Amino acid sequence: MKTTLILSTALAGMAFAAAAQEVNVVSWGGAYEVSQVEAYNKPFTAQTGIKANMIAADDPATPLKAQVEAGNVTGDVFDLAMADAIRLCDEGALMEFDPADLPAGADGTPAAEDFVDGSLTDCAVGNIVWGTVIGYDKSKFQGEAPSTVADFFDTAKFPGKRGLPKSPKRTLYLALIADGVPADQIYDTLATPEGVDRAFAKLDTIKGDVIWWEAGAQPMQLLADGEVVMTTVYNGRIFDAMVGEGKPFDVIWDGQYLEINAFVVPKDAPHPEEAVEYVKFATGTQPLADQAKYIAYGPTRKSSAPLVGTYKDGTTEMAPHMPTQPEHLETAVMDDPEFWADHDAELTDRFTSWLAGS
Amino acid sequence: MANALDPHAAITTTASGLTDGALRTADGKPLARALARSQSLARRRAFLLVLPLLAFILITFVIPIGQMLQRSFYNDGFSANMPQISAWFAENPRGTEPDEAAWAALAADLTASAEARTIGVVGTRINYDVPGTRSLFTSTGRQVRRGIEPPYQAALTEINQDWASPRLWSAMREASTPMTANFYLAAVDRKRAEDGSIQQVEPRQQVYVMLFMRTFWLSLLITGITFVLGFPIAHLLATLPMRKSNLLMILVLLPFWTSLLVRTTSWMVLLQQQGVINDILVWLGVIGGGQRLQMIYNQTGTIIAMTHILLPFMILPLYSVMRTINPSYVRAARSLGATSWTAFRRVYFPQTLPGLGAGALLVFILAVGYYITPALVGGSSGQLISNMIAMHMTDTLNWSMAAALAALLLAAVLLLYWVYDRMVGIDNLKLG
Amino acid sequence: MAVPTYATPLERVWHYAYLVICGLIFFFLIAPIVVIIPLSFNAEPYFTFTDKMRSFDPDGYSMRWYRSLLTFGMQNPDASGWAFWSDAWANAKWVQAAKNSIIIGVASTIVATVLGTLAALGLSRPEMPFRRAIMAILISPMIVPLIITATGMFFFYSNPCELLGIVGLPTNCGRLAGTYLGVILAHATLGIPFVIITVTATLVGFDQSLNRAAASLGANPRTTFFRVTMPLILPGVISGALFAFVTSFDEVVAVLFIAGPDQQTIPRQMWNGIREQISPAILAVATLLVIFSIALLTTVELLRRRSERIRGVTPH
Repeated sequence: MKTTLILSTALAGMAFAAAAQEVNVVSWGGAYEVSQVEAYNKPFTAQTGIKANMIAADDPATPLKAQVEAGNVTGDVFDLAMADAIRLCDEGALMEFDPADLPAGADGTPAAEDFVDGSLTDCAVGNIVWGTVIGYDKSKFQGEAPSTVADFFDTAKFPGKRGLPKSPKRTLYLALIADGVPADQIYDTLATPEGVDRAFAKLDTIKGDVIWWEAGAQPMQLLADGEVVMTTVYNGRIFDAMVGEGKPFDVIWDGQYLEINAFVVPKDAPHPEEAVEYVKFATGTQPLADQAKYIAYGPTRKSSAPLVGTYKDGTTEMAPHMPTQPEHLETAVMDDPEFWADHDAELTDRFTSWLAGS
Repeated sequence: MANALDPHAAITTTASGLTDGALRTADGKPLARALARSQSLARRRAFLLVLPLLAFILITFVIPIGQMLQRSFYNDGFSANMPQISAWFAENPRGTEPDEAAWAALAADLTASAEARTIGVVGTRINYDVPGTRSLFTSTGRQVRRGIEPPYQAALTEINQDWASPRLWSAMREASTPMTANFYLAAVDRKRAEDGSIQQVEPRQQVYVMLFMRTFWLSLLITGITFVLGFPIAHLLATLPMRKSNLLMILVLLPFWTSLLVRTTSWMVLLQQQGVINDILVWLGVIGGGQRLQMIYNQTGTIIAMTHILLPFMILPLYSVMRTINPSYVRAARSLGATSWTAFRRVYFPQTLPGLGAGALLVFILAVGYYITPALVGGSSGQLISNMIAMHMTDTLNWSMAAALAALLLAAVLLLYWVYDRMVGIDNLKLG
Repeated sequence: MAVPTYATPLERVWHYAYLVICGLIFFFLIAPIVVIIPLSFNAEPYFTFTDKMRSFDPDGYSMRWYRSLLTFGMQNPDASGWAFWSDAWANAKWVQAAKNSIIIGVASTIVATVLGTLAALGLSRPEMPFRRAIMAILISPMIVPLIITATGMFFFYSNPCELLGIVGLPTNCGRLAGTYLGVILAHATLGIPFVIITVTATLVGFDQSLNRAAASLGANPRTTFFRVTMPLILPGVISGALFAFVTSFDEVVAVLFIAGPDQQTIPRQMWNGIREQISPAILAVATLLVIFSIALLTTVELLRRRSERIRGVTPH
């Protein structure tokens, strides 16, 4: 018992000693994490001496909600989709940010005006604009290649397995678009029970052909391994596979789902000061622009846009791969954070039981 | 060291202690009492050795599980945050139409809860019983924070017609006391109707019973396959000379000692469409390049990987029983004219039953609770009840539901554990 | 196992068929573990044998995945010499994971072995009251599904003193979740059944009269324990400790639920890697772990034989 006691004291001391001058950033893993390490963490550590640890999650909102509810917050900065940031802010779990405290843009524009619409909310500072798109393996389609959301659901014309995320938010809209609902009426439709039924009925038509993914890197893995021929994927991940790794993939921009991600700091963060410092640094003009050098996500600061040039290989222009490119926005579905803040829980319930039932 | 408390010392010295008819120890105490004392001291000593561990297990294991299971029947998400309407429910029996006092209490609670930012918790609690109502609470909360005027019934139903729904009021009544059996009902696909009676949930929501059935059926199937594969191996190992069997035993023990994640990874590498097995099949011409088999991310993947992982748990107990079977019984049966099949069936096999029982129960118990392997290779059709518990724990955060499912699974496992203890005895559990 | 001389031709055929079947089952057991070893040296990022690998062309093989284990997470993987290694030691994710696995594994093994051996000694005494019931409780962490154990611990370790409120004591005393101590306690709990099982098994063959002999020769209980009992049960204790260590070293569910960012272990890191991208780097880790388990298996086997020899128990 005595040994145990000494040992545990020693270890507790160790855990405590490790708590100094670091910040734990919970993000989405894979190629996106790499871009954040390069653009935010390394310069941040170089400038401040604070060590930034990256922790990968399928969707950082999930561990954050659980940590808040259990009263056991271990992360300092979380990279969330805006809907989750708003919901958690409503529930009083997050620290609030005053735009006046954020650094002005490189061109001197105050932060409040520098950030694009919807990327600054009470508790969240936007970092990227990104899209969920359909990616496919060109080598699997000798003749006509798929080009629309409807083709994704047409397993007769384009046979092969499909990949979809295990979440209602980035799945139901796709079913409705394929079923003929215009992009701007998606939420009106989803707000009615009939609309939800309609989405699930459409999903039923391909349920047997779907492999469900959870982490953002999985769809590219499934596509590369030939487990699926077509999958929805975060646009930066497929960019990384196509341009970074030279895979024979292509993107269908039709019906892309456009979202804003943001950094938040939970109220009970173990390293609150370092966390705020990190958020201020990472959402500065230059880091946001640098981030786009490694992955095709758009910066949320207007002042960063002119600084975005080519990919890290020095030759690939980033603009055609950005989700915010005008021609990619024609049929895009814009995320509605308030809708999801209210409906995510119940649609997730429905989705889960639909998925479990065979 | 002749100690009066040592039973041996006591017995050896009694011979000289005969004075008044009663047996006495050397120092004159009655033997019966001395023996009893030394017995109870020995018991206490033995118990003291076990006590630290017992306390440790109680604190780090038994209490945490008990505390978690408490959530399956205790949820104060509504009652703690909506005190006034909860009080109204306590005063008025089921069947009372909500009067204006009730509506006023509801409005006051909603306002307070929205201010305190607990409205999400309240809505989530009701949403468990009436799917689709969380947004009713959160959106109404946002509106009442801007102000609400009496009459409250009219004001609330104007915000949303759903506030008049009897089903909603019935669910709020249910939730107005923290104790509830609803999560257990939900765990067996049942719910309480507006009048309080119990009925099945809609077909599209009936998933848990199916998942329990699937878990038990797959575990049974895996137990069966491990038996079919494990029996010949155990028999071979038991009948080979020691030196050879020890060598072959390594082939059984190596997987047993290899990390679960390593073995699961191996199966992913082997079974995927561009994986080794499909490559070999295509290369052999068994299947065409376009018809690669889907062996992973479905039930097949779960069954193959779990069989591989659990097979040593079947082989080891079978082997240790088979080692003790005397081969002359089978020879005797053969010499009496039995065919080899009859000798096996009537003489050899019955003697292996204890090992078979031990192995089968152990494999089944472990299979029923599996989580990691189905999560990685199971796709959606290969998910077991443990995966559902994990999902409610980490994704939907419906912890009461997770606890109710865990309680049912735990009950099943403990029952099997009890059977195992009866049949095999926990002391006979062997490793390696 | 030879075919008996009186076997009919059909029985002979069956006998050889049986041997073939056994061979196939052994193949099923071992092939998945062996196959990942060559694949971890694949020069390409695929999980299958490339043409170059099949023709044993050295170009088809490389150590790049082993190198990537080191460089993943490093600040500056292009440095050389001292700077490279100190960077790897401080920042490489797999190195951190290995350090954590060893710290947690060793500490939880010590806790499990000390407590478990004491309890096994008590349980093996014939006077032990409620033996069966207590044994059942102590073994139960092995039987209860891990997901249930882990969820229970998740809540309890988030606020371990919550229950003290019932007796009116303060209910907030910090937390165990997200600390080394929490993970160590959890892993010790999971390792204890293995220690109990192996040590009680050793004590079954233990001749209690040896202790009495020592006592009658004037040894006090402490001397008796360390000079007589301990050397005899030591092999059992060590193999129990190894089991406990492996349990901790391989455990991921409890880590998923209660570990914080500082306690990421090798299995936790593998879990991330498998779900995100099974690059051959995961196979390189897997290969190292297989080598590790071969070493452990050998140790346990040698210990078992030694134990049987010194206790005079004939192998069963």
